Amino acid sequence: MPVVFIPTPMRDLTGGEATVTVEGEFVRDVIDALDRRYPGIKDRLCRGDALVPGLQVCIDDTMTRRGLNARLAPQSEVHFLPPIGGG
Amino acid sequence: MAHTEELYLGKKSYNVIGTRPIRHDGADKVTGKAVYTSDLHLPNLAHGKILRSPHAHARIKSIDVSEALQVPGVFAVVTHDDFPDLENKVANLGEAGMVNLLELGANCLAKGKVLYKGHAVAAVAAASTHVAEEAVLKIKVEYEVLPSVTWVLDAMAPTAPILHENLRTDFMGKKEDKPTNVALHLQFEKGNIAEGFQSADVIVEREFKTASVHQGYIEPHVTVALWNEDSRLKIWTSTQGSFVCRQQVAELLGIAVSQCVVVPCEIGGGFGGKIAVYLEPVAALLSRKCGRPVKMSMQRNEVFEGTGPTPGSFMRVKIGAKKDGTLVAGEAWLAYDCGGFPGGVIGPGCMCVFSCYEFPNAKVDGFDVLNNKPHTQAYRAPGATQAAFACEQVIDELAAKLNIDPIEFRLKNAAKEGTRRVDGPVYPRVGFIECLEAAKNSPHWKTPLTGKNRGRGIAAGFWFNIGCASSCSASVNDDGRVTLVEGSTDIGGSRTSIAMQLAETLGIGAHDVQPQVADTDSVGYTFLTGGSRVTFATGLAAYQLGLDLQGQMKQRAAEIWGCGADTIKVENGNYSHNGHTLSFKQLAAKVAENGLPPVVGRASVAPEGSTNAFGVHIADVEVDPETGKVTVLRYTSVQDAGKAIHPSYVEGQLQGGAVQGIGWALNEEYFYDDKNQMRNASFLDYRMPTCLDVPMIETIIVEVPNPTHPYGVRGVGETPIVAPPATIANAVHAATGCRMTSLPISPPVLWKAISTKA
Repeated sequence: MPVVFIPTPMRDLTGGEATVTVEGEFVRDVIDALDRRYPGIKDRLCRGDALVPGLQVCIDDTMTRRGLNARLAPQSEVHFLPPIGGG
Repeated sequence: MAHTEELYLGKKSYNVIGTRPIRHDGADKVTGKAVYTSDLHLPNLAHGKILRSPHAHARIKSIDVSEALQVPGVFAVVTHDDFPDLENKVANLGEAGMVNLLELGANCLAKGKVLYKGHAVAAVAAASTHVAEEAVLKIKVEYEVLPSVTWVLDAMAPTAPILHENLRTDFMGKKEDKPTNVALHLQFEKGNIAEGFQSADVIVEREFKTASVHQGYIEPHVTVALWNEDSRLKIWTSTQGSFVCRQQVAELLGIAVSQCVVVPCEIGGGFGGKIAVYLEPVAALLSRKCGRPVKMSMQRNEVFEGTGPTPGSFMRVKIGAKKDGTLVAGEAWLAYDCGGFPGGVIGPGCMCVFSCYEFPNAKVDGFDVLNNKPHTQAYRAPGATQAAFACEQVIDELAAKLNIDPIEFRLKNAAKEGTRRVDGPVYPRVGFIECLEAAKNSPHWKTPLTGKNRGRGIAAGFWFNIGCASSCSASVNDDGRVTLVEGSTDIGGSRTSIAMQLAETLGIGAHDVQPQVADTDSVGYTFLTGGSRVTFATGLAAYQLGLDLQGQMKQRAAEIWGCGADTIKVENGNYSHNGHTLSFKQLAAKVAENGLPPVVGRASVAPEGSTNAFGVHIADVEVDPETGKVTVLRYTSVQDAGKAIHPSYVEGQLQGGAVQGIGWALNEEYFYDDKNQMRNASFLDYRMPTCLDVPMIETIIVEVPNPTHPYGVRGVGETPIVAPPATIANAVHAATGCRMTSLPISPPVLWKAISTKA
């Protein structure tokens, strides 16, 4: 199952857990699963049907712009990070 | 050149990649024939001028434009009220992310308040620049001057003047309940830093600060807008991203993107500063109002005071190590200013501060802080240079305390494949160790430095490469030359590096491809030129385009020879079947002779993810103890390029980044007086280095191929600026014994430090 790395400021919702293993084929699935286990976490990660502005999903070592629709492999790591742009 | 892995995807050598052809735009550039936006002179052209705030922070009580409109030759005046209602609208600008249009619009023309000196307030279009300049002086603005703040820590204080009353600190979804200038608090944590520091034998902790600096591109912002009677808006401009420019302008003006075409003219530098729009929507509003094309260009003081510099910062970094040199814990507290509007570069700053090393335990807190300075923008590896200035000096000090060679200390702790960063992700194959080894074996490092008041410094730097969408198309001409149309604006020679990748794929010469950068109506969506992405992502598109063209050429050959396309072999641009062989050029001619359909190809890609680029820099300096002046005697920049498509361009990026970083280290700063007015908004007083200030920058290209690109490319444009300030600071410490913790290390600052130490 994918492993979600909980952003440090959100660990108040997970009882301090830094990583959580949940079922999910897409990022939106794992967020829903997280929210069922730790109510309120979806509100902190999502606005409407998208990630909150200022967050980007990183799957393993790959920053993806597909957001909630990004597909996961069974052993994927999921990170929520600030977006990277550049000059 | 250090070839770590020459072989990639079974290809032992390349015909075009790795060579140094003359750049395709070279003749136009050196003969002055390249067309920049300033060169445009359209019929009935009007000239625009901006009225800017004289105050760092003030409420706008009223704006009276009536007298300006009476000036003969004035065609139109606009203020923020001419924008459509942008209230609370957050636009999804695709890959450029979510942008608060109210803030973007209020940065282009102030709404209710001015938030920094130089903030645009109103604009005039007139028959000439002189008339426009006269008319802006007739605009009467009544201000209520407010207290202001420009130093990041002062802006965080509870008593600080508040820029936006409605702003609340966002701590990843948790909002504070009091008005503040702290827009964002980020936090990353890995392991247990308390236990980590407890296990350390040596700990170094220091505080650092850096001044705001500007990208300093030679060409000021300039644009021409024509809003036609058919509601089509055409913009010629100097931009790093024609499609991103189009998106911003269309959203701000409330029109569909298909109503707007952006023509990217040649660009005289950007470095991250020509992504956000400033003049484009204002010129468009003026054009709509007066029915003429409107040209607007900034003077240098407007560039400094009205466009985005990089943040000023305060940083505290603490690192612990074991006696054998193993790093055990790192802690960083970073506050970066973002100017008058939220949304700076604290995110990547936090992600980069410890990114060069393996830290089992680490914690990073970062703060995005508003103050009365222009809204910050990207500047080559945004946020990473400040962080490296802090981290790399602490690393240097730890190595010295442990009596370990600074390169060996870095090698012992270097990030490598499998290293988990403090922000979470694990590195794939990266080339940091190879860069350190190349530095260790360099002629520079192996040559002893002798002489009084001299010192040698070394530091490392890291930056990401992003992917994002790129498109290109091409047609094969009868003479066998290929016309390539791409969407990446060329700020650093990318036309040639993209053309070379297409040429390599097709097995033809670099100059058999004629590249051109097209407007937004003439090529598919292409994300901006930035994030060290173009040679990687648009290069990938060119590779796929080459495969498309090659497939079509095989089909044409099959028709000529009456065989199946799958029976045709292609090698080095030669197409052969059953004893027949035609070169690419011969086949192109046959296609025309035989009346076959022309060969026209296209490709669009959106590669996921990032690659990672590391660099290591070495500097020798000599310090004049009487004046504090630092002379850079020798400088070497080492970087992993994955695969250098055009080595001269890679070397140029390494050299340019090093020189900009040396300027950042030694001289450059936004100098504010006690009224928070910038006092050095010209190149006379804002001291950028010239060729007289720096030695020839030596370069070493390391090639550890990026496995996600067919030719192994990693972007190289940004990493070169990350290490220089730390490198120079470490060299200055070696020369003087003074640990310089603030930038710039200007002569008076260093002289004072030397004098105090003595």
